[in-house]
Amino acid sequence: MPSVMLRNNAAGDLVFYITKKDQEETVVALEHSGPNAWGGEIELADGSRFYLEPFAQTPKLPMTVRVKRL
Amino acid sequence: MTMNRQETEQLIQEVLEVYPDATGKQRAKHLMANDPTLEKSNKCLVTNKKALPGVMTARGCAYAGSKGVVWGPIKDMVNISHGPVGCGQLSRGGRRNYVTGYSGINVFAEMNFTSDFQEKDVVFGGDKKLATIIDEINTLFPLVKGISIQSECPVGLIGDDIEAVAKQKAKEIGKTIVPARCEGFRGVSQSLGHHVANDTLRDWVLSNRDGQEPTIESTPYDVVLTGDYNVGGDAWASRVLMESIGLRVIGQWSGDGTLSELELIPSLKPKLNLLHCYRSMNYISRHMEEKYGIPWLEYNFFGPTQIAKSLRAIAARFDETIQANVERVIAENQAEMDAIIAKFRPRLEGKRVMLFVGGLRPRHVIGAYEDLGMEIIGTGYEFAHNDDYDRTFKELQDGALIYDDATSFELEAFAERLKPDLIGSGIKEKFVFHKMGIPFRQLHSWDYSGPYHGYDGFAIFARDMDMAINNPCWKKMTPPWKQKAVGADLAEAA
Repeated sequence: MPSVMLRNNAAGDLVFYITKKDQEETVVALEHSGPNAWGGEIELADGSRFYLEPFAQTPKLPMTVRVKRL
Repeated sequence: MTMNRQETEQLIQEVLEVYPDATGKQRAKHLMANDPTLEKSNKCLVTNKKALPGVMTARGCAYAGSKGVVWGPIKDMVNISHGPVGCGQLSRGGRRNYVTGYSGINVFAEMNFTSDFQEKDVVFGGDKKLATIIDEINTLFPLVKGISIQSECPVGLIGDDIEAVAKQKAKEIGKTIVPARCEGFRGVSQSLGHHVANDTLRDWVLSNRDGQEPTIESTPYDVVLTGDYNVGGDAWASRVLMESIGLRVIGQWSGDGTLSELELIPSLKPKLNLLHCYRSMNYISRHMEEKYGIPWLEYNFFGPTQIAKSLRAIAARFDETIQANVERVIAENQAEMDAIIAKFRPRLEGKRVMLFVGGLRPRHVIGAYEDLGMEIIGTGYEFAHNDDYDRTFKELQDGALIYDDATSFELEAFAERLKPDLIGSGIKEKFVFHKMGIPFRQLHSWDYSGPYHGYDGFAIFARDMDMAINNPCWKKMTPPWKQKAVGADLAEAA
């Protein structure tokens, strides 16, 4: 369960930052992107997939979360 | 002679032949030919890996990253080098982080404080000694604002509890005490030291005044300069430029910075956190964005092209007044910059440069060289991670050589083959390349010159590069193998 920081970059894309690895990846697909649920399956630009327990509302970014590797 | 990608790959293969198979295989992953279309480096480059046994690396240790880079320049704090005497003494004053103030009154950065570990401290633990030292420092220098404890290797090995000492003593003397677990053996390079130092800033400093009202009024034009260590006065050159466009700099991290500046930032909520050295301070920038909602922006103040680009990017985050100011400042400086380029470009045009430096310079200075008509044929970082290389590809020309954590053999072999007109690296490389007859500038310490940031800095940068490359001494130097044998001359004369 890596600890990950989610933030929007200057271009407005959602960026997935794995603190431990200093690795930044753009999110290409997010299962739920609001307004009633935000999270679920996340697919990154390098093809790897993660699962984030969905939030009831769109959270305020940036934010550090725990995600599951799929 | 500009090489294309294939030729560069070929060169890498030839240089790697010297190594044993296993070493060559490992090193091949750290070398590549640049492809500016690449967005991500993780498929083609391995970085931030331990240097291989038997090769000479230019890297430092975690203590160097924490004490030397991040904590060292903060002027109103005492940094205790906790451990044997050597680390502190030998790293003292080497980085030219300029400060203003009076030694012993509000500047303590140039002094060396160490706990001078002896055998008995290793056997019985050094915590008591540390507590005594903190008391002594507080008695000798009552004006000191805070103390940081920079642990050296033995402290981690014997498992001293420096955090407990820090907490207890901070309560007793009422000052900020920061324990940094930056033992040299941690991590693969100084890069981990930066991370450790950033984490201690987060845990022991930034949150100190949470919930308190700011002691000065904030304005809508407040910014922080992060990751500028004031080498040769760089941060001052940047600060002047920021102030000339109407921004108020409320903190300098950490060149010529103070502990109070650091502690004040969360409550002042600056509009923008301007990040120069991404490698060493991105961690704390990300944290401040998450916790305090302070957005960060990377900028580059080397050379007029990049300065204009960065100033416009900064202005875009503010209102029209700042945007108008930026255009005015760029226009005001244009004539002077044109004059500098007109003077030096004819002398430097087409010269080829190899770089091998640390955190930000292998990519940030490229623009400044290109403004002078010079060409970067190879660049590399000592301790970068993949995200630094992601940012490098776009800046560098197609087919240029990229070397991560280059060994001294590789650097020499590349220089022999590529025959650059100038090499920019550190003191360890300087004299080797001088002896090879190649002009050299130190790009860590600006070769005791500087500042190189901002418009003022570019004038000095251009002069220094000209001075190095066009120095008449290079024409006087004939290597021994090209000289006529001395004996033969004598025989003829006889």
